[in-house]
Amino acid sequence: MAAADELAFHEFEEATNLLAQTPNEATPRGDQLVPQQHVAVAVDSGGSYGAEDEVEESDKTALLQEEKQQPGFWTFSYYQSFFDVDTSQVLDRIKGSLLPRPGHNFVRHHLRNRPDLYGPFWICATLAFVLAVTGNLTLVLAQRRDPSIHYSPQFHKVTVAGTAIYCYAWLVPLALWGFLQWRKGVRERMGPYTFLETVCVYGYSLFVFIPTVVLWLIPVPWLQWLSGALALALSAAGLVFTLWPVVREDTRLAAVLLLSVVVLLHALLATGCKFYFFQPLPLEPAAPPHQATSQPPTVLLSPPPPRSAAA
Amino acid sequence: MAEAAESPGDPGTATPRPLFAGLSDISISQDIPVEGEITIPMRSRIREFDSSTLNESVQNTIMRDLKAVGKKFMHVLYPRKSNTLLRDWDLWGPLILCVTLALMLQRGSVDSEKDGGPQFAEVFVIVWFGAVTITLNSKLLGGNISFFQSLCVLGYCILPLTVAMLVCRLVLLAEPGPINFMVRLFVVIVMFAWSIVASTAFLADSQPPNRKALAVYPVFLFYFVISWMILTFTPQ
Repeated sequence: MAAADELAFHEFEEATNLLAQTPNEATPRGDQLVPQQHVAVAVDSGGSYGAEDEVEESDKTALLQEEKQQPGFWTFSYYQSFFDVDTSQVLDRIKGSLLPRPGHNFVRHHLRNRPDLYGPFWICATLAFVLAVTGNLTLVLAQRRDPSIHYSPQFHKVTVAGTAIYCYAWLVPLALWGFLQWRKGVRERMGPYTFLETVCVYGYSLFVFIPTVVLWLIPVPWLQWLSGALALALSAAGLVFTLWPVVREDTRLAAVLLLSVVVLLHALLATGCKFYFFQPLPLEPAAPPHQATSQPPTVLLSPPPPRSAAA
Repeated sequence: MAEAAESPGDPGTATPRPLFAGLSDISISQDIPVEGEITIPMRSRIREFDSSTLNESVQNTIMRDLKAVGKKFMHVLYPRKSNTLLRDWDLWGPLILCVTLALMLQRGSVDSEKDGGPQFAEVFVIVWFGAVTITLNSKLLGGNISFFQSLCVLGYCILPLTVAMLVCRLVLLAEPGPINFMVRLFVVIVMFAWSIVASTAFLADSQPPNRKALAVYPVFLFYFVISWMILTFTPQ
């Protein structure tokens, strides 16, 4: 089993270094990357917590031998390694992003150094389509109440939604990762996350917006703002709890600045989506934007008639 | 008729059949080796031995391909576990269906505002790039289906939604109203479920068992988007 140990160290070299530097961590063997102060255990996840370590180590040996090769980025199997997740693992990660807890670092606890691209990619796709579809549905429902509103499929919003969500979910983690790499020298204890882990964190944190967007169909303004704020709080909390151990050792100013910028960008995304895809309709009667932009002077200067009709 | 010749080594049967009466005159010598020719009556030449379909008429070629496409349509409409779609994949059917759907979904050129339904190119891109993305996803998850087989299945399973589009266009000729919308909604939902069932019947077996849901969910999203495009179609 000496060969297996060598392969185990090689596979999780980065993680073992990180764990070795932090006190009270578990010994780095196989899949046991969870620090021992975490009492709560996700029993339905795909990994083990020590009891079945011996049994799994022989399985892991074969796996590690495969992963040791590190295929080049032009081969198909390189990308296949990012989709090496099961249904239960994806569901577990989604649950972890929905319920962030202060001690639980998403990357350590749920990803366990095996980031995947399935979650971020399909959550972003779902969110983009759900945004466009529900935005259009609000127009349908509004037209029911007030037949003067002109309904159109607004298909271009799909493109806008897709571009916005994907740019946010990939460019912001890139910037964040770059920033953390740049500040790497200041940290002693914990290395930065890899790019894929950052993308993963952001991707899974966007999941909570999907049911929120569906809830925004209900045309009650205070409910919409409440659910939006709740979703934003959950999502931003997940991000902050994940990033806090990494920026903790940095200077106070840099840490606070980084976290506030992250939260601010998230809030901007949420409010931007709310305003662009769900224009306030008959409850605050205003002409649909395309009609407004085509006749700017007359609409803005004179009191628009629908306001009196719907009042 | 009775071309099947018996080998000369056959001793005379106890009951001489009138058909082979002439053979009873054959004398058998020990020096003659047992050999002969067997001609098998065939109705037509077997296709595998006929490697050149260049010589057949154009009508034959087209009808053969059309029949293959039609046979696959039948398999989609009555989905049961068979691998005809997988074994003899072709992309003619998906192309015909995609072009039909895109032509029917196209909005008129009068309404040139951005706020309309999808253009021909948008539908085309969504269908083909969506199918390619789902295929890549299923292959990356470790499925053992080939690229074009998966494209073939996904493309053919758009057939119920194309039928729904035809029905919707016919229903839209009647007067608009809530009943109109309900009928269209019902038809689209039924056809959407049919598409999902049909494609899952073909694709689910190719995935490892603990990842089936991960591979089927993008298919669901894909047909949901197409159904949405069909449902929100408004003639101008």
